[in-house]
Amino acid sequence: MCLAVPMKVVEINGDMGVVESAGLRREAGLMLLDRVKLGDWVIVHAGFAISKLTKKQARETLAIFAEMGGLG
Amino acid sequence: MAETKLKRLAAALRAFPARPGTQFMEVCGTHTVAIRRAGIHKLLPDGVKLVSGPGCPVCVSPDRLIDEAAALARQGVVITSFGDMLRVPGSRTSLDRERAAGADVRAVYSPLDALAVAAATGKETVFLAVGFETTAPAIAAAALKARERKIANFSLLTALRLVPPALKALISSNIELAGFLLPGHVSAIIGKPAYEFLAARGLPGVIAGFDPEAILTSLLLLLEMHEKGVRRIVNNYPGVVRDEGNERSRAVLAEVFAPADAEWRGLGVIPRSGLELRPAYAGLDARRRFRIVTEEAPPRRGCRCGDVLRGRIDPPACPLFNKACRPDSPVGPCMVSAEGSCSAWVLYE
Ligand code: SF4
Repeated sequence: MCLAVPMKVVEINGDMGVVESAGLRREAGLMLLDRVKLGDWVIVHAGFAISKLTKKQARETLAIFAEMGGLG
Repeated sequence: MAETKLKRLAAALRAFPARPGTQFMEVCGTHTVAIRRAGIHKLLPDGVKLVSGPGCPVCVSPDRLIDEAAALARQGVVITSFGDMLRVPGSRTSLDRERAAGADVRAVYSPLDALAVAAATGKETVFLAVGFETTAPAIAAAALKARERKIANFSLLTALRLVPPALKALISSNIELAGFLLPGHVSAIIGKPAYEFLAARGLPGVIAGFDPEAILTSLLLLLEMHEKGVRRIVNNYPGVVRDEGNERSRAVLAEVFAPADAEWRGLGVIPRSGLELRPAYAGLDARRRFRIVTEEAPPRRGCRCGDVLRGRIDPPACPLFNKACRPDSPVGPCMVSAEGSCSAWVLYE
């Protein structure tokens, strides 16, 4: 249940947005982070962006998820 | 990630001249799984041991929580929960079993999905609010959304827990620890200062990410600090964790919830280690909204999940481990949860 996945912010509508990773898109709450911008990489947990991450970190983390067999 | 770099780190760890009898604790269940999956537990230098901590939210929730949820399900309330909770046995039943018997129990990915269930069904809908500091802000935000969208048939059965008070309780008990591998995503919210009490008590800690390289470097850092007598909290996950944490998340959390004493499996009641809804949000409290009658739970025979969560025993020391209790027929929550130590020990031996 503690799964937290890096995803890219592709839409922002007020305090909600759409995030995307590996072809998977979903709605995510953005009200738990300051100054979220389109194109930011964020850690999404339980439907909310909880932390920003650097692009390098995003790429590495996604590679690990891929190794572990998908995004669970 | 270069293979050779991992190999070099692994060799450095294996060869580290550590003092025998050194125990570190990995607090977070996701670390437990990552360590065992990558086989890092087999790379520790002789005399060094990693013990699991109380960082699996499913595992630390007391049986009573499941009993309460099951009682609500039987009253015809729609129960929504993270999927992991459904197979967790309460004192007599699990939510999975209640669902098989006809109750409306639904697994959701997010508390926002639970809110959507409430809006779609129009029925009284309760979300099982389980988790640590990583999850609690999301649940607080969903509570604010319920207000904003005027969804009046939504409420929370809360069992949220806070990590630092549990660590405080642990280091005051008699377990000998030399330092902590600290949880990555909890730290993204609470930040480094939340752990300074560990350093003040002479215990180093490293905030770690979840890939093998991050775990190996964090263990090397811990060993190095332990060896040199350096008592510091190090943020080794700077790409995700800001030293100060996430103030915005903490503000949303504090708007909706206040700290309260709470019971942990294995650790008992720890002061101010849980979260309860503030009076302004008491209308969202399922325990106020419904009369929940549960019978006194008989102690679970044989399951030593509580000792596992305190780092007192390794799972195989439980007489039921991998015999009566297996991932496909779990007796206790440490075997049910994908982040539980018992299941990690079976799956990645
Ligand atoms: S192996 Fe099963 S019964 Fe034993 S401590 Fe773990 S969860 Fe409990």
